[in-house]
Amino acid sequence: MTDVQTAPVPRRNLELLLLLLALCVGGSAFFLVGSASEVSDNKNFIIQMSIMTFLALIIHVLLRIFAKYADPVILPITVALNSLGLAMIHRIDIAKGTSQSARQLMWTAIAVVVAGIVLWAVKDHRILRKFTYIALLVSIVLLLLPLIPKLGVTINGARIWIRIAGFSLQPGELAKITLSIFFAGYLSSNRDLILMAGRKFGPLQLPRMRDMAPMVIAWLLSIGVLVIQRDLGSAILFFGLFILMIYVATSRISWVLIGLSMVAAGGIFAYTTMDHVQRRVNVWLNAFDPEIYQARGGSAQIVEGLFGMADGGLFGTGLGGGSPYRVPLANSDMIIASFGEEIGLIGVTAIVLLFLLLVSRGLRAALGSRDTFGKLLASGLAFTLGLQCVVIIGGVTRLIPLTGLATPFMAAGGSSLLANWIIIALLLLISHNARRPMAGAVGPTDEIATPKSSTLKERLAVIKH
Amino acid sequence: MNDLVLSLFRLGFLVLIWLLVLSVVGSMRRDLAIGSRARTGKPSARALKKNPELAEPEPAARKAATSLQILEGPLAGRIIQLQGQPLLFGRAQDATIVLEDDYASGRHARLFPQGSRWFIEDLGSTNGTFVGDSQLSRAQAVEPGQRIRIGKTVLELKA
Repeated sequence: MTDVQTAPVPRRNLELLLLLLALCVGGSAFFLVGSASEVSDNKNFIIQMSIMTFLALIIHVLLRIFAKYADPVILPITVALNSLGLAMIHRIDIAKGTSQSARQLMWTAIAVVVAGIVLWAVKDHRILRKFTYIALLVSIVLLLLPLIPKLGVTINGARIWIRIAGFSLQPGELAKITLSIFFAGYLSSNRDLILMAGRKFGPLQLPRMRDMAPMVIAWLLSIGVLVIQRDLGSAILFFGLFILMIYVATSRISWVLIGLSMVAAGGIFAYTTMDHVQRRVNVWLNAFDPEIYQARGGSAQIVEGLFGMADGGLFGTGLGGGSPYRVPLANSDMIIASFGEEIGLIGVTAIVLLFLLLVSRGLRAALGSRDTFGKLLASGLAFTLGLQCVVIIGGVTRLIPLTGLATPFMAAGGSSLLANWIIIALLLLISHNARRPMAGAVGPTDEIATPKSSTLKERLAVIKH
Repeated sequence: MNDLVLSLFRLGFLVLIWLLVLSVVGSMRRDLAIGSRARTGKPSARALKKNPELAEPEPAARKAATSLQILEGPLAGRIIQLQGQPLLFGRAQDATIVLEDDYASGRHARLFPQGSRWFIEDLGSTNGTFVGDSQLSRAQAVEPGQRIRIGKTVLELKA
């Protein structure tokens, strides 16, 4: 196992510095939106930005207390993306006369508080390993919730929302976290069995069915529920997560081949049997056909987005200078197109790079993590973030068929924001455990990270034998 | 607001967002130097030329371990030939080496080859795995002659 360690330095001051820079980016985005609109009420923007600053500082202080050695760039990137998203939603609000940004800010506050609670309550990610099978159960319950008659709501043809006390929630967003915990926990304790037992089949080594059964059941269940709920984006996400986690655990290329052939089979099956998948593919391939453009649920959304991005060009029309509100769902699914129009290729490249850096920091935490569970969990969570970006940005730019996944931290939508902030909290904890000094070198957080102190008696008993 | 000023602000915003990207990349520079820590503390080639006494003696060529001897515990005296495959120790019936020992966990530890060396890794056991006197906190290389303790069982690699 390669030892990838850098000398342990907390680097919280660097985080604070980058955090201030990130807040400057968000603040100036708000300022530009405000100054471009006729009804410039700059008070509103000051209030929204100071709430954002306050929330970011809460997490920063919590990190100083609970996870001193956490990665210093994860939080600033997240805050920058979140406040850019808020500014864009605010900008669409001004054009359309809606009030989505207040909702989004409220959800940001809830998400940040929950992330803070995760930091405080979990402290050491290895605790989560105990909840491997509970996590599976919770994932199943979360995925099934929208199918309950009174609770579930169908929006835009997908039955993935539930409504509680006036709030619409997407429980599937949280399922990607619990499913990652299950995959990581299961694979970290059964990796050897999967690796060693089994028949050779040409160049491929197939594991025994009973070693893989819980994984396959988990996967079939999530895919099955998603097919019933007609949520293609999440199906792709779970499928990708499943393949990646097995590949990371076993480092067998045969698994990727098996996974990809399963994707191909599933894709062909979905294309031939489900009309909404067929329609999506058709819209993607023939987007500029006038008939498809004008059809209900046709390509108008994608094409308008592409026109907007073309209008933005290299430098963009400036925040508040374009007309991204002409695109349906400009503040959620199509928010990247809105950014493409207003801050141009240069700005969108920066946003994509921020996502890339965020994912790379997650993978770096996985690389440095000292336990298999942490490695698997961090790579799974980071990959979840990355794949969401690929699916939605690829869809908006017509690289792949457009499916409704939320752009992490940016798109209007509470559940996605909540889930992604929890992912960030977990990545911060794992990176703290990866970067803190080894046991032996006395660190101020050592007692937090060594949960085995209660077994000292047992250890002594063993030594006596 | 004046159009020119607004355009300048808009360009300034693009500069600011790229400044954030570049400072994040800049602050990650330390991490890109993976493995350089291994070299710190060792004298550089120039320092060696100046004072040759700093040079460490060449390490004796390591002999790859070929077998595993069980010294103590329920399976004492057993010698297992290593085939280049990972071994799983534990009480579970599907472990490679089943330990009938109340102090061992179901899946206790794993011994696996990497390059020319063997590594031992604790799989989250209750009582821990020890190499010499120190408890494992992560995968660690084992040399022939080092004592590994799993519950009541003590093992040693033989070259």
